[in-house]
Amino acid sequence: MAFKRNVDRLPIIPADAKKHNVTCHYCIVGCGYNAYTWPVNRQGGTAPNENALGVDLSKQQPADSTAWYAPSMYNIVKQDGKDVHLVIKPDAECSVNSGLGSIRGARMAENRRSDKMGTQQQRLEEPMIWRYGTWQPTSWDDALDLVARVTARVIDKDNEDDLFVSMFDHGGSAGGYENTWGTGKLYFQSMKVKHCRIHNRPAYNSEVHSTRDMGVDELNYAYEDYTLTDTIFLIGANPLETQTNLFLNHMVPGMRNGAKVVVVDPRHTVTINACRVEAGKDNVLHLSIKSGTDLALFNTLFTYIADQGWVDKDFIANSTFQGDIAQTLDEGHPAALGSFDAARAECKLSLAEGAAICDVAEADIVKAAEWIAKPKDDGSRRKCVTAYEKGIIWGNDNYRTIGALVNIALATGNIGREGGGVCRLGGHQEGYFRPSDAHVGRPAPYIDQLLIAGKGKVHHIWANDHYKTTLNASVFKREYNRRTNMVKEAMDARAGATREELIDAIVGAIEAGGLFSVNVDIIHSQIGQAAHVILPAVESGEMNLTSMNGERRMRLVEKYMDGPGSSKPDCLIAAGLAQHLERVLRAEGRNEYADQFKGYDWKTEEDAFMDGYHAANPEVTYDRLRAMGNNGVQEPVTGFADGKLIGTKRLYTDGKFTRHGREDGKALFCAGAWRGLQAAGKAAQRDSYKFLINNGRSNINWQNWFLDKDNDFVADRFPYPYLQINPEDMGELGLKAGDLVEVYNDVGATQAMVYPEPTAKRSETFMLFGAPSGTQGNVINAGVNELILPNYKQTWANIRKISDAPASVRAMSFKSWDYVGS
Amino acid sequence: MKRCDKMVEVGRRQFLRGGVIAAAAIPVVGMSATQAKAATNGALLEYPSSRLGNVKDLKVNEPMDVAYPDADAPGVLLKLGKAVEGGAGPEGDIVGFTTVCPHKGFPLSYNAESRTMNCPGHYSVFDCEAGGQQTWGQATQNLPQYMLRVDDKGDIYAEGVDELLYGRLSNVL
Repeated sequence: MAFKRNVDRLPIIPADAKKHNVTCHYCIVGCGYNAYTWPVNRQGGTAPNENALGVDLSKQQPADSTAWYAPSMYNIVKQDGKDVHLVIKPDAECSVNSGLGSIRGARMAENRRSDKMGTQQQRLEEPMIWRYGTWQPTSWDDALDLVARVTARVIDKDNEDDLFVSMFDHGGSAGGYENTWGTGKLYFQSMKVKHCRIHNRPAYNSEVHSTRDMGVDELNYAYEDYTLTDTIFLIGANPLETQTNLFLNHMVPGMRNGAKVVVVDPRHTVTINACRVEAGKDNVLHLSIKSGTDLALFNTLFTYIADQGWVDKDFIANSTFQGDIAQTLDEGHPAALGSFDAARAECKLSLAEGAAICDVAEADIVKAAEWIAKPKDDGSRRKCVTAYEKGIIWGNDNYRTIGALVNIALATGNIGREGGGVCRLGGHQEGYFRPSDAHVGRPAPYIDQLLIAGKGKVHHIWANDHYKTTLNASVFKREYNRRTNMVKEAMDARAGATREELIDAIVGAIEAGGLFSVNVDIIHSQIGQAAHVILPAVESGEMNLTSMNGERRMRLVEKYMDGPGSSKPDCLIAAGLAQHLERVLRAEGRNEYADQFKGYDWKTEEDAFMDGYHAANPEVTYDRLRAMGNNGVQEPVTGFADGKLIGTKRLYTDGKFTRHGREDGKALFCAGAWRGLQAAGKAAQRDSYKFLINNGRSNINWQNWFLDKDNDFVADRFPYPYLQINPEDMGELGLKAGDLVEVYNDVGATQAMVYPEPTAKRSETFMLFGAPSGTQGNVINAGVNELILPNYKQTWANIRKISDAPASVRAMSFKSWDYVGS
Repeated sequence: MKRCDKMVEVGRRQFLRGGVIAAAAIPVVGMSATQAKAATNGALLEYPSSRLGNVKDLKVNEPMDVAYPDADAPGVLLKLGKAVEGGAGPEGDIVGFTTVCPHKGFPLSYNAESRTMNCPGHYSVFDCEAGGQQTWGQATQNLPQYMLRVDDKGDIYAEGVDELLYGRLSNVL
C-alpha cells in the first residue's frame, strides 16, 4: 500500500510568525522558499487577520494557492534551544520558481532533524572517535586534537603529498561560499595539498575544461532566455527530473511562446514526453543517438551549419580568434583550440558519416541544424539556447564533446545574447570561493586510483561518499576497507593507551600501508563506516549560507533552526582543525610551519564569508544579501546603489570572452575530431557485454538522497535502485517487474530492481545512480579522459536474476512515468 | 497557463455535477470569557460518513464523480475489477480518491487505459491500483484516498481520508 501520512490537519502559521529567506539547497535551480517559525505552544487561526497568509483558511483554497502547505512542509525543530513549529513553503515572489515546489524542495521541512517528530534521526550530533571497536562520542577538542596530531605526523612544510583530501566544491546543501572558503583556505593556502578530489569525481579538476579554455564560462545565461528563444537545445539532460522548476517555470513558458525543442539523449525521458505535450509533437525532435556518439553528432551539425552558411559572420570576426591554432593539443589539452576555420577543418564530418556513427537519420540531423541555426524567412538570425549536463559531462570524450557543442553556439553567435547561451544545467548549486588550485596540476592526480594503489596516509573527507558515487567502486571499497581496517585494528589493540601511544600505533599502521580516515559529514555515510574520526557538520538553514544557482543568482539562506547536538558549519570545523594543527606544530617546535595556520579566528560563518568572498567582492555583505531576499542578485556583482546590489543578467553581452584568461578577449573554437569511445576499456566492454547500463538520477532520488534514505515517502516509492529495461528483454531473461537482478561485468557487480520500460531500446537499460542499496558505480570501469574526467555513462554489463520481487515492492506502481492527457 | 485554468473550471463543473453534499462536522472550540478552560477536542478529525453511491452505480473502469468530505472537495469512485489494497465492496475492488492534485491543486483526469490519475498542470501520474501511489510527479504525498465502507444494501460510504487534501489545512473545514 502506498505510504500515507494520515495527517489530516496542520497547525496554522500565526500572523506574527518569523519569516526567513530560504533558497532550496538541493539542486542547482535554487527555488525560493520561506521558512516560518513560531513558538510550539501557539497557532494561528482561520480568519485572515489570524494567520500569516492573510486569507480565510476556513475555505477551500484554489489551484496555485499561496495559502496551503503540505504535511511535508511542516515540522517541529529547535531554534535557539527552544521547540518551534516550522513551515517551509515555496515563495511565489521568487522569479526562479514563482511558487512552485519540487518533490525534493517541498520536503525540506520534513527532512529537518526533529527530536519531537522523529525525523532525520540519522543526523550526526557529536564528534566520534573509533574506540573499543566502534565509534564513541567525544568532544571537539579531543577529536580535532587526534586528527591534528596524526595529520601533523605525515605532512611537512615542503611535502604534504601524504595527506589526501576529498572535499565538496559546491554551493547549497552544506557547501556554499562560507564552507568552500573554510576548507579552501586550509588546504590551498595554509597548505598546498595536491592530492585532493571533488565530491563527484576522482580528481580536483573542472567538469568542463574545454568551454573554459575556449573563453566561455559554463553558466553564462539567464533563465529568462528560455522564454525568449526560438529553440531549446538539450543534450544529455533531463531537466524535468533534475532541474524541475527550471523546466516548469522557464522552459515550458518558452515552448508556449513557440520555441521548438531538440533533445539529444539515447533514451526516452519524461522531459521529452512533457516537451511533446507542451510544444506539440511536430515541434520536438528527439535525436536518440547511439550511446557516446554526441561528439560525432555535434561535429556533423557544425559542419552542416557552416556549409550552409548559417553562421554569424560578424560575431565570428569580432569575437573569436582569427588565425589558425591558439592552443596546441598537449597533455593538458585533449584537443587543439583556435579559429573557426581551423576547427571546421578538423571537425569535418558529412551527414552520411554522422548519421552512420550516431545511428540517426540524416534528415533528422538536417532538421536539428535548421532548428538551431537556419535564419528565419526574413533573414533574421535564429535564437537558440543550449543546455547540457551529465549525459555528456560524464560521457565519452568530455573535452572534445563539450568543445564541439560550444563550437555550434559560437558559430551561430548564440552566447551573450537574449534567448541564447550555452550552459551546463548543473547539479548542486555553486558556491566556490577558494585560493588558487594551480599547484594541483593538470592533468590532476587520479586520487581514487592512488588510494587503491596504496598511496596516501591520512585522508580527510568533507561530504564525499565515494562508496556510493565513485567509479570503479567495487575495487575502491575493497582496498579502502582493507587499508582503514589496518588502522582500526591497530587502534583496537591499543585501547586504553595514552594519546601518544595511540598515535604511535596509528602511525605504525599507516606506515605499514594503512590509511587514517577522517570523515566530516552531516550523516554517517557509507565511506564513513571506514572512518576513524567522524566530525558532525550542519547544513543550510542550520547556518547562514550563501550560494548561486544556474543563472548565477546569489542568495543568502537565513539560519532558521539549530543544528543537531554539537554539529558546526564546515568552515568553523576547518578553522578548528587549522587552530589545532597550529598548536600541535608549535608544540613540536615547527614554528614556521605553524605560522601558516594562523588567521582562523572566526566565530561565525559570517566571519568566514567576510574573510573569503567579501574580501574579493567588497560590495557583498550578509545585510545586503538579506535585503535582496529570495531574488538575490546575479553574479558578478558590479556595484551597490539605491540600497540594492547591482548584478549581471547574462555574461558576454559585450562580445568579449575572458574565461580562458586571454587578453585579446577572443573566444576559441575546439578542433577535436571524432575518435570513437575514448576512455580505456570502454570499447572492449561494449563488445563483451550485452546490455548498456546507462545511468543517472531521477526526480525523486536526487541531491537530497543522503537525507531521503531516511524518508518514508521516498523509500516507499523506490526501496531499491531501479533498472529500466525493455519488456522483451525482460521476457528473454525470465524477469518480472520488481524482481531483483545482479548486474555484472569485468570490473564488478551490483544489484537493482527491474522496472519495465516499453520505451527503452532493446539491450539499453537505465539504472538509478548513487543508491544506498545498490551502487551503480560498482560496474563502471576506471576509464577516464586525459584530464581525469570519469566516464560513468558508457558502461556495459550482463544481467541475471537474483530474486523474485521482495514484499516491499509487490504493491508498488510499475506503470509508465509519462503523463498522458485524456 | 490558459489551458490549465480551463481545466480547473472543468474540474469544478465535474464535482458540482456529482452533487453530493455532506454535512461537515466542524469541531467547535468553546471558550468562556472568564474561564481559561480548554475545550475537549478529539485527537482525530470527525469525518462525516457520506453516502457516495451504490455498487450498482459503478461500472468497471468508469469513474464516477463524487465529492468528499464536502461539496468543495471533488473526488472520484472507481470499480477496478480486481481486488486491490484498500479496496472496498464484495470484490474488494472499489476505491475513491480526491481529484485535486496534491502538488498545486490542478484537477486530475482519469486515464482508463493506464488506470492512473494524471495531472495536466505538471505531469504527475498517480496509480489508482496502487493506493494512489505517485508513479511519477511533483507532489510530496501520494494521492489522498477515501476510507470506504459498503453496507448490506450496497451503499458506499466514505468515512475518512488518509492524507491532507490540497487547499485546506484541515480536511474537514
